[in-house]
Amino acid sequence: MSQGVMVRRNVHIDLRVNGETQEASFAPYKTLLEVLREDLGLTGTKHGCELGECGACAVLVDGEPQLSCLVLAVECEGRSIETVEGMAKGAELHPLQAAFADLGAAQCGYCTPGILMTAKALLEREPSPTRDRIREAISGNLCRCTGYQQIYEAVEEAARRMKESA
Amino acid sequence: MMRLPWFEFRAPSSVAEAARILAAEGPDAMPIAGGTDLLPNMKRRHQTPRTLVSLRRIESLKKVSNGAGLTLGAGLTLTEVIHEPKAQPYGALRQAAAQVATVHLRNMGTLGGNLCLDTRCTYYNQNYEWRKAIDFCLKKDGGICWVATASKRCVAMSSTDCAPALIAIGAKAKLVSATDERELALESLYNNDGIEYLKRRPDEILTEIRLPPAAGWRSTYWKLRRRGAFDFPVLGVAAAARFAKDGTVEEARIALGAVASRPFLVPKAAEALVGKKLTDDVIAEAATLAASRAKPMDNADLDLYWRKQVAADFVGYALRELRGDDMRGTRLRIARQIL
Repeated sequence: MSQGVMVRRNVHIDLRVNGETQEASFAPYKTLLEVLREDLGLTGTKHGCELGECGACAVLVDGEPQLSCLVLAVECEGRSIETVEGMAKGAELHPLQAAFADLGAAQCGYCTPGILMTAKALLEREPSPTRDRIREAISGNLCRCTGYQQIYEAVEEAARRMKESA
Repeated sequence: MMRLPWFEFRAPSSVAEAARILAAEGPDAMPIAGGTDLLPNMKRRHQTPRTLVSLRRIESLKKVSNGAGLTLGAGLTLTEVIHEPKAQPYGALRQAAAQVATVHLRNMGTLGGNLCLDTRCTYYNQNYEWRKAIDFCLKKDGGICWVATASKRCVAMSSTDCAPALIAIGAKAKLVSATDERELALESLYNNDGIEYLKRRPDEILTEIRLPPAAGWRSTYWKLRRRGAFDFPVLGVAAAARFAKDGTVEEARIALGAVASRPFLVPKAAEALVGKKLTDDVIAEAATLAASRAKPMDNADLDLYWRKQVAADFVGYALRELRGDDMRGTRLRIARQIL
């Protein structure tokens, strides 16, 4: 079969990130993580293992936690992408962010955006999850500072605050 | 930083169109579903397809339908399989799917993708530079198998959880190409060869998994891995049995995963159960028979001899669960979750 010369063309698509539709032009091999960080300037989503093992790059795709390092950006047309930049409303932190800050749930902070997004999806589905459910939901997010205890407590505290203010 | 190589991207909306593209492009094209296995492999240059044919937009691959049994579209994500109400009677499938990787990866990875999972090996699942430093290996770019240096055959191991479960259940797989379609017993989809591990031709698409009726059957899946929250299996045991009212086994199947380059049935062990009640002695005999077929290689996590040794224990856990024992304590100790 003839190999020919591969025509290297960028793809142009509209991406809906944090409720805003943006035009993006990028090479088809780029992952969602790379497009978010390099083309859209959204560096809140962290670049960890690149192989789907650490959870640092977790974002919400159509409301579901997924690993942006293993999602092709070209497959995201028409899907809703949520990143950590979309959590705060202006100066007001999302209850999860506030609880993480108040309870010391972020140490070095590298795993925090992935965990915040994963926890956000959990609380949207289950407003008062048990400790076991929280543990299961974020079991794909590694924290090398090993601060899991404070993270569980912060998710529980955020759930409490969200219920009170609802 | 590991970038994906260049490829041409196609996103057909029907199986027929996808099959036409695969036929036209030849073996340089690969189908991609969830991408959780293929994309890390492409980043490490295990596979460098010229064209990627995305199956994500094909609605028919997401179908669940009842007939004689249950048909599951290969494009269902593992999370969708776990929560599918019609799949609940198939305990082994739900337990296997729920133990694949992590929540995030189960939201992305598909049933078909897990069944077609590339085989794995310590000397293969490494980045390009690492592999280059050992002059590559038999499976990719090299000439020597570093696990068994005299071996002519690649011994990379099958690492799918869903396949042993579905093989024990008695599932069939449907493959569709531009020119034909065929259905085969799931265990016949696999070769015991780390390179040519699938009988799927490059132009074929795995579209459906057909499960026989579950009435009267109980099935279960047990997985050994280092971390309860993650990790590929280093041993998978699936067992299914149909019981008479008095508890006598009328029919049974036991399948092993992650101890060869393919998942496989152990008919001798299953036959040892038929016509008997699952007493401790009967379970011990079947467990010994099944474990004798487990031939793990030193190419994965955990100690080789221990992995072989616990195979009989795991078959025992599976059969005791089928018997109706409360295995939640053991399950929690081993899987870190009740399932």
